[in-house]
Amino acid sequence: MGALAYTVIDSRTLLRRNLLRLRRYPSMTLILIGMPIVFLLLFVYVFGGQLGHGLSSPLAGGHAGRDGYLNYVTPGILLMTIAATVQGTAIVVAMDMTGGIIDRFRTMAIARAAVLTGHVLASLIQTLASIAVVLGVAIALGFRPTANPLDWLAAIGLIALFAFALIWLATALGLAAKSVETASNTPMILTLLPFLSSSFVPTTTMPEGLRQFAAYQPFTPVTETLRGLLTGTQIGTRPIVAIAWSVGIAAASYLWARRLYNQRQPR
Amino acid sequence: MSAAGGPAISVSGLSKAFGQTAVLDGVDLTVVEGTVFALLGPNGAGKTTIVRILSTLIAADAGEVQVAGRDLASDPDGVRSAIGVTGQFSAVDELMTGEENLRLMADLHHLGRGAGVARVAELLQRFDLVDSARRPVSTYSGGMRRRLDLAMTLVGSPQVIFLDEPTTGLDPRSRRTMWDSIRELVADGVTILLTTQYLDEADHLADRIAVLDRGRIVAEGSAEELKRRIPGGHVQLRFATPEALHAAVDLLDADSRDVEKLVIQVPGDGGVASLRLLLDQLDDADIEVEHLSIHTPDLDDVFFAVTGHPAAETASA
Repeated sequence: MGALAYTVIDSRTLLRRNLLRLRRYPSMTLILIGMPIVFLLLFVYVFGGQLGHGLSSPLAGGHAGRDGYLNYVTPGILLMTIAATVQGTAIVVAMDMTGGIIDRFRTMAIARAAVLTGHVLASLIQTLASIAVVLGVAIALGFRPTANPLDWLAAIGLIALFAFALIWLATALGLAAKSVETASNTPMILTLLPFLSSSFVPTTTMPEGLRQFAAYQPFTPVTETLRGLLTGTQIGTRPIVAIAWSVGIAAASYLWARRLYNQRQPR
Repeated sequence: MSAAGGPAISVSGLSKAFGQTAVLDGVDLTVVEGTVFALLGPNGAGKTTIVRILSTLIAADAGEVQVAGRDLASDPDGVRSAIGVTGQFSAVDELMTGEENLRLMADLHHLGRGAGVARVAELLQRFDLVDSARRPVSTYSGGMRRRLDLAMTLVGSPQVIFLDEPTTGLDPRSRRTMWDSIRELVADGVTILLTTQYLDEADHLADRIAVLDRGRIVAEGSAEELKRRIPGGHVQLRFATPEALHAAVDLLDADSRDVEKLVIQVPGDGGVASLRLLLDQLDDADIEVEHLSIHTPDLDDVFFAVTGHPAAETASA
C-alpha cells in the first residue's frame, strides 16, 4: 500500500477516535451549540420586532417586522454557529497536544498528516450537525428559505467551505496555545466578528470606519452570499469574495497548523 | 549479559542543549539485543531527554544514534516502526475505555480486524484489565492506567521498548506487577531501555546500568559492578553491654563504633550468606547481639560514590 492509502486509513482511524470522544463529552458540544441558539432567540424576540422595521423588504425576504428580521438574521446565526463550534476544535486539539497521547502518536509510524486531518474531519462533521440543529430551530421559529435544490447545494457547499477554513484556523490556534484555557479563549474573537458584519444589521447603518471594516471582513461576503442563496437577496460578486476568503484562510491556517505540528519533529 | 546479540541501540556523542543549558553532554551507550539497560539518575540528569531523542520526539544537537538497525536521523519512521514508548506521563485517552484505547493502537498499527481483536483480548488478559475493559480510563487507578499504557505500547509488538520511569508514583504492589511485566517482555526477547531514580529497580531489572549525572554517564556496569563501588552498605549491631561491644570490635572489622549508644557498623551488603557468617562468628565468641539492622546502599550512596556529590545537588530541569 502506498503512503496516500496509509494516510487515508490512519485519518479515518483518528476521525473515528475523535467522533467517539465528542460523543463521550457531549456537554461541550451542547454548550457551543447553545450560544447561537440563545443569540437567535434574543435577537428575534427581544430586538427583532424593532430591527425588522428598519429593513428594506427584499432584505427581509418580503416579510415584515419580527418575521422579516428572522429571515434576515438566520444566515448570520448559521455562520456564528460555525464560529462557536470551532472553539471546540481549538479546545480538543489543545487537550490532545497538552496530554500524553500525542507523544505516543508521534513515536508511532502513523501517517504524519493523519492526526490533524482526523481532528479537522471530526470538527467538520460536528459543525455541520450543529448547523443542521440551529437551522432546524430557525425553521421552527418561522424562517422560510426560498432556495431551490441547487441553491441549497450551493449553500451547504459554502457553509462547509467556510467551516473548513475556520476549523483549520482553530486547529492552528489550538496547536499554538500553551494551555487548554488559552485555546478556549483565543477563538472567542471569531464569535464576535459576525456582530461587526452585515449578519445582524446592514453595514450601511454603521458609522464610518466600522462600516469599512464590516464591509471588507470575511463574515460579510459569506453572510450575504448565504442570505442570497437561502432567501433570494442580491448577491452580485460576493460569492467570489466569500470563496476567496475561505480558501485563503484555509490555506494559510493549514500551513501554519502543519508548521506548528511539525516543529518538534526531528527532521 | 548474553554475548550472542548485536546492539539494539547504539548511541555515540549524543548532545543536546536547551538554550544555554547543556542537558546531554556527549553520551555514549550500547544496549545489546534482548537485554535490559537502565539509566539511573536523579531528576534533571537528562534521562528523559535521552528517551525523547531516541524515541524520535525531539532532535539531538549532535551525535549518532542507531535503533534496531535504523539510523535515527535519516530514517525516523523506520525507528518508529520498531519501537514502543511508555513515558512518565500516561499516554492514554481518558475519554475512551481501555478496550477502545487498545483498539485504536491496533488500527494505527494496521493489524486488520481479526488480528486486532485477538491482540487486544490477549493484552487485556495479560495485564489483568478484562474486568475494566469497558470502563472509561478516567475511572482507572494509577496502577491500572500504567498497565494499560504499557499494553498500548505492546500492541504493535515492538522490538525495542523505552520505559521512562515506569514505576514512579506507583504503590509497592503495582510496582511489583510492573516489574513482573517487564521481566516477561525480556523473556520474549524484547530489548528494553528504562530510566529510573531507584537503584533497587535497576538492580532488579537491568543487565547493565549507566549512572547519569548532569548529562554525562559517570559510571556504567552490571548492578554487581556498581555496588562494589559503593561503600554505603553495612550491618548495624547494637549490644546490651559495653563488654559485648568491645568483644565484638575485637572480633570484627568494624567501620565505626558508638560506645555510648552501644552500636557498631560492620561493612556488608546484607546478603543471607554474609549475615549467617557474621552471626555464626558472634555466636562462636558468645557475644550477645541485642539488635541488628541492615543498611542497603541507595541511589544517594551510588551518586556520592561515583560523582562525589549528593544526588540532590543536581539542579532539576
